[in-house]
Amino acid sequence: MDFFLYSKIGQMVLAVIALFAVVALLMGAARLADRFAMRSRTWWMVLFFGGPAFILLGVGLIYPAIRTIIMSFMDRRSDEWVGWENYVWVFTNPDSLQGFINTFWWVLLVPTVSTLVGLVYAILVDNSRFEKIAKSLLFMPMAISFVGAGIIWKFVYEYRGAAQEQIGLLNAIITSLGFEPVRFLQDSPLNTFFLIAVMIWIQAGFAMVLLSAAIKAIPSDIVEAARLDGVNAWQMFRNITVPSVRPTLVVVLTTIIIATLKIFDIPRTMTGARFDTQVLANLMYDQSFTFGNNGIGSALAVMIFVLVIPVVIFNVRQMIINREVRGA
Amino acid sequence: MSITPANPAIAQDSEKTSLPDPMRPARTSTAARTKQMLTSRVGSAAAIIIAVLWTVPTVGLFISSIRPEASIRTSGWWTFFTNPEFTLANYQEVLFGRASSGALSNFFLNSVVITVPGTLLPLVGATMAAYAFSVLKWRGRDTIFVIVFALQIVPLQMALIPLLRIFSNTTAADMFPYLAVWVAHAAFAMPLATFLLHNFMSEIPRELIEAARVDGAGHVSVFLRVMLPLLVPAIAAFAIFQFLWVWNDLLVGLTFTGGNTAVQPLTARLAEMAGSRGQDWHLLTAGAFVSIILPLIIFLLLQRYFVRGLLAGSVKG
Repeated sequence: MDFFLYSKIGQMVLAVIALFAVVALLMGAARLADRFAMRSRTWWMVLFFGGPAFILLGVGLIYPAIRTIIMSFMDRRSDEWVGWENYVWVFTNPDSLQGFINTFWWVLLVPTVSTLVGLVYAILVDNSRFEKIAKSLLFMPMAISFVGAGIIWKFVYEYRGAAQEQIGLLNAIITSLGFEPVRFLQDSPLNTFFLIAVMIWIQAGFAMVLLSAAIKAIPSDIVEAARLDGVNAWQMFRNITVPSVRPTLVVVLTTIIIATLKIFDIPRTMTGARFDTQVLANLMYDQSFTFGNNGIGSALAVMIFVLVIPVVIFNVRQMIINREVRGA
Repeated sequence: MSITPANPAIAQDSEKTSLPDPMRPARTSTAARTKQMLTSRVGSAAAIIIAVLWTVPTVGLFISSIRPEASIRTSGWWTFFTNPEFTLANYQEVLFGRASSGALSNFFLNSVVITVPGTLLPLVGATMAAYAFSVLKWRGRDTIFVIVFALQIVPLQMALIPLLRIFSNTTAADMFPYLAVWVAHAAFAMPLATFLLHNFMSEIPRELIEAARVDGAGHVSVFLRVMLPLLVPAIAAFAIFQFLWVWNDLLVGLTFTGGNTAVQPLTARLAEMAGSRGQDWHLLTAGAFVSIILPLIIFLLLQRYFVRGLLAGSVKG
């Protein structure tokens, strides 16, 4: 018994056993209800099959989200109402405003550039002999955590004084060309863009995989007809490829926008969000957990939520339009 | 299908019978044609440049991690090619050395302990819920399903503090320090998992279920004997997805372990080391590699399933 309670592996095993015990119990109860309950049978089934999910969603998402909205109108310890005070802070504090500006650049650049790289690369390697391995290379960063990627790139950006030998790849190249080494991560405002490059590096593979699948799904008769009409490569790209993969482009862009709005790990790992590289999600973490100000932290979380909503609405509307066009 | 998927990749999928495998070259396609018409040399050069840009940073990290500390401090990792030096001392130190050097073996174990239930719990819960949403017929089903799906847009940040408070200072949380992290990961994964598995389940022919029902099988038998075996690829797809998500997560790991380094995952420790030991590249490179090796292996082995999961649902809350 001590093994299960007092060792890490034991606790893990216990959790898995408990999970399957609960499932067995639910299935047993469902079996009984299926046999003996008459009119209410379906409801018992819904309860036993859907119960765990409903509880998790209610306790883990719905209740906390509502509570966060309420807390955003309360003070740092959530004791007293303060009205819009936290939101006033969010829109006036210099650090917060810096966070908004930087988040704007992140959301503008990461989706567009990584989608562009992914699309171009998907077209370039399509049907080549090395397609599979070429795609794996671009896709690989998807398996790496933001923290891991942050360290990988921090090493690439590493700066040493001009007198020393550079151990960061970029500065080694720059100094070998005869220029002064650059403090990539410390010098504002360009440092934010060097952090953005890391996110692009991670997301391009995602864009590439989805777009590649969409490109392969373009009917070959359309392509054939265009070819007979004698279109050139650019026209083919502009008039056939891009319109055909438009629905996927929208999904890729919106998904990356949403992920980027919540970016937190990369600034935290690479600069500690210092040197003017603050972003909204990291500010939310700092306020809530470093400074213990739940009011402002909650207000910032609500801001992220509010910024996500239009993107999702746009996404859903696009999908409805596409379905109508396709006659689905 | 009465529920509209937000992702056209799924809509396409339900029209055709099988998902195109993007990792396998298909017949001639637009892209191929476009490419043929491009001067192929420029295209190949561009592709190679992108591929190099996307690979070299990781290679540099790995090579550094096996060079001696003194060499890492004084010369770039590329000198390895002219003056190869090899050591495992960095790994020895970062994994098993003093606490200040990382002691990552403990954190590696923590990551495993967090990830296994953090993947299984939502997987099991969502598979069962998907059955309730796709096979069972009940009033309000479609509305509730839309709500579950819509919950994906709630950012993690919205749920952090109140969910933490539910667990803080409870006996359960003291006894089982990982409990909060497991529940958090399960809850956050639920909308996407339910949505994905529901879509896969809806594609299974109704006749199969009806036939089993006529033979006298109850819902539990249909679920366990008919649905589960057919859903293995979908379950695998989501399992890999969720595994990578939990293993690579920093925000949940950092907040729900409440700064308790005894239970923190690798990512939290590494992020901290990147700040506190920012110049100790022998530790950081080896440490980063320790954290990416397991997901990388799983990813390379099961890439196909992972891609399938990605194509079927790409919005994560």
